[in-house]
Amino acid sequence: MSSSLSSDDVYAGLREALIGLGAEQEQITPAATFEQLDVDSLDMVELAQIVEERFGVSIKGSDVAKIASLGEAAQWISDRA
Amino acid sequence: MGASAGTPQGAALVTGASGGIGAAVAAALGGDHWPVGVCYRTHPERAQETLEAIERAGGSGIAIKVDVRDRAQLEGAFLALEERYGRVLVLVNNAGIRADDLALSLSDHDWSEVIDTNLSAAFAASRRALRGMLRARFGRIINIASVVGPRANAGQANYAAAKAGLIAMTRCIAVEVARRGITVNAIAPGLIETEMTADLDGSLLAAVPARRAGRPEEVAECARFLASPGASYITGTALFVDGGLSA
Repeated sequence: MSSSLSSDDVYAGLREALIGLGAEQEQITPAATFEQLDVDSLDMVELAQIVEERFGVSIKGSDVAKIASLGEAAQWISDRA
Repeated sequence: MGASAGTPQGAALVTGASGGIGAAVAAALGGDHWPVGVCYRTHPERAQETLEAIERAGGSGIAIKVDVRDRAQLEGAFLALEERYGRVLVLVNNAGIRADDLALSLSDHDWSEVIDTNLSAAFAASRRALRGMLRARFGRIINIASVVGPRANAGQANYAAAKAGLIAMTRCIAVEVARRGITVNAIAPGLIETEMTADLDGSLLAAVPARRAGRPEEVAECARFLASPGASYITGTALFVDGGLSA
């Protein structure tokens, strides 16, 4: 995977995936937490699958616990892409 | 295409599809227009016969040699189907073996072989299939269990543990993925006329209220139904197809 992937690119990808998972578009902001977006455990598994397919980064359950917001998630993923 | 209008496009994968119940299930799903992955381990010629039965029923499919205990081979079977037909949206975990013995003399080897093939492989295949099903918002997992499990049968501690485990696994996965349009059910056949039961003595038959053994097609019809749009609200259950044996 490209190492030049910006966190903005990842954020856009996450946003798209979250919309696909049924999150309210207006609630999706960099500061939003997965909890606020009503992302449940099954959604997280699916989101991790999408992230792996799209950005080549695998996320484990223990990683998710360290990530507070969507913006942090985008940064975390782009750091590893 | 899928089973009917409104069903997403994808394939069915049936393990142990070269004989008995598996072959009948594969033919039934093929007849319902699911392209079928006919997975077999030891009998390519019988897998070919299953394919011919699918074609006679108006369907299509491919035979795939796979030892379900081998994760790499299992992955290969999924990839082969995905490449040709799209996601695997119907998974029938049917592959099973018996290695009967009284518990006192049942070896670790025979215990593990039966658990690995009949239970652990079904879990691995389900986990793999769920990835595509989750994204498709549609899926049907059908686990071929057995009336032995809920019902005791001397000499089958390994088989019964695997089959009872299969039913418990069915129920747990069902509740995990129900909100994604994926159903997970078990079929628990009783005494069915197959090669696997040919060596059983007549005492079990005497206990069957229907006074006859079932036919593989009678099990296959249930699988066809559970895979169909008509069964969309049935999940986490075990359907006993046993002539009343467990009643």
